[in-house]
Amino acid sequence: MITLSHFIVLGAILFCIAVAGLFINRKNVIVLLMAIELMLLAVNINFVAFSRFGHDVAGQVFVFFILTVAAAESAIGLAIVVLLFRNRSTVNVAEIDSMKG
Amino acid sequence: MIDPNLFQLVCFYAFAAVTVAAALAVISLRNSVHAALALVLTFFSAACIWMLAEAEFLAIALIVVYVGAVMVLFLFVVMMLDIDQEKLREGFVKFLPVGVVVAVVMLVEMLALIGVRVMHAQTMGPNPAGDSNTAWLGKALYTQYLLPFEVAALILTVGVIAAVALTLRHRTGVKRQQASEQVAINPRDRVRVVKMAAERPVEVRPAPAEEVQP
Repeated sequence: MITLSHFIVLGAILFCIAVAGLFINRKNVIVLLMAIELMLLAVNINFVAFSRFGHDVAGQVFVFFILTVAAAESAIGLAIVVLLFRNRSTVNVAEIDSMKG
Repeated sequence: MIDPNLFQLVCFYAFAAVTVAAALAVISLRNSVHAALALVLTFFSAACIWMLAEAEFLAIALIVVYVGAVMVLFLFVVMMLDIDQEKLREGFVKFLPVGVVVAVVMLVEMLALIGVRVMHAQTMGPNPAGDSNTAWLGKALYTQYLLPFEVAALILTVGVIAAVALTLRHRTGVKRQQASEQVAINPRDRVRVVKMAAERPVEVRPAPAEEVQP
């Protein structure tokens, strides 16, 4: 019998993998974007599970909106990456330091 | 006869194993194209897990939106950019211990929090959606959440316009049609109408004396 904790543990594992991905791929913007997508997926799994086990539609509605916003976010993010590559010929995060932050 | 609950559990573990393995491949593969393909597999097996949670509409939406649109966009961009993979891999080994330690500590903390709740394990119970998950979701979306739904449409429009506006470039030295200028032109500037008689008499000239061939 699948319990709620099965889904939450899976979400936690995916989220931690994504965090590790952010740490070890900190040069490649595209892989960083993919790790962010993984994080959103982990959160979505939690939302779906809580919606199903808590008998509330709000969780699934929220997943719907997260999918929408994530699609817009990755489209704009990839547009920025393309623009960056056109101007600087690199997607290396370490070389993008013109704002001296 | 196999127990349906046991079969469901076995399916869950299989899909979860594929999801985690593919997610590990996403963050560790050398080639960005391979990482994107591994992410497709991750999304697909996550959609299977959502099917097990009886969230059918969202599972299909995940495949259509993510595998069908977002990941294709990722693949286009990865293949379009000529990326030096080796240079971007610098520091992979350097940051590997930090990343693994942070991830493991976070995971242990989360599992400890979840473990408190495992004692009174909650089973799925009857499906709140009834027969149709899509109808359940749609009714909520078009009544209670109508305004957020419209705002989501607006966000997508803004996303499209922003992506086009960011990547559009006007190259100099390219000859192209300007439809507005073509339409706005005054024909009198281009064509000169010459008034003349439709026909005029041919002047008959006396033929020159032919030279006599020897």
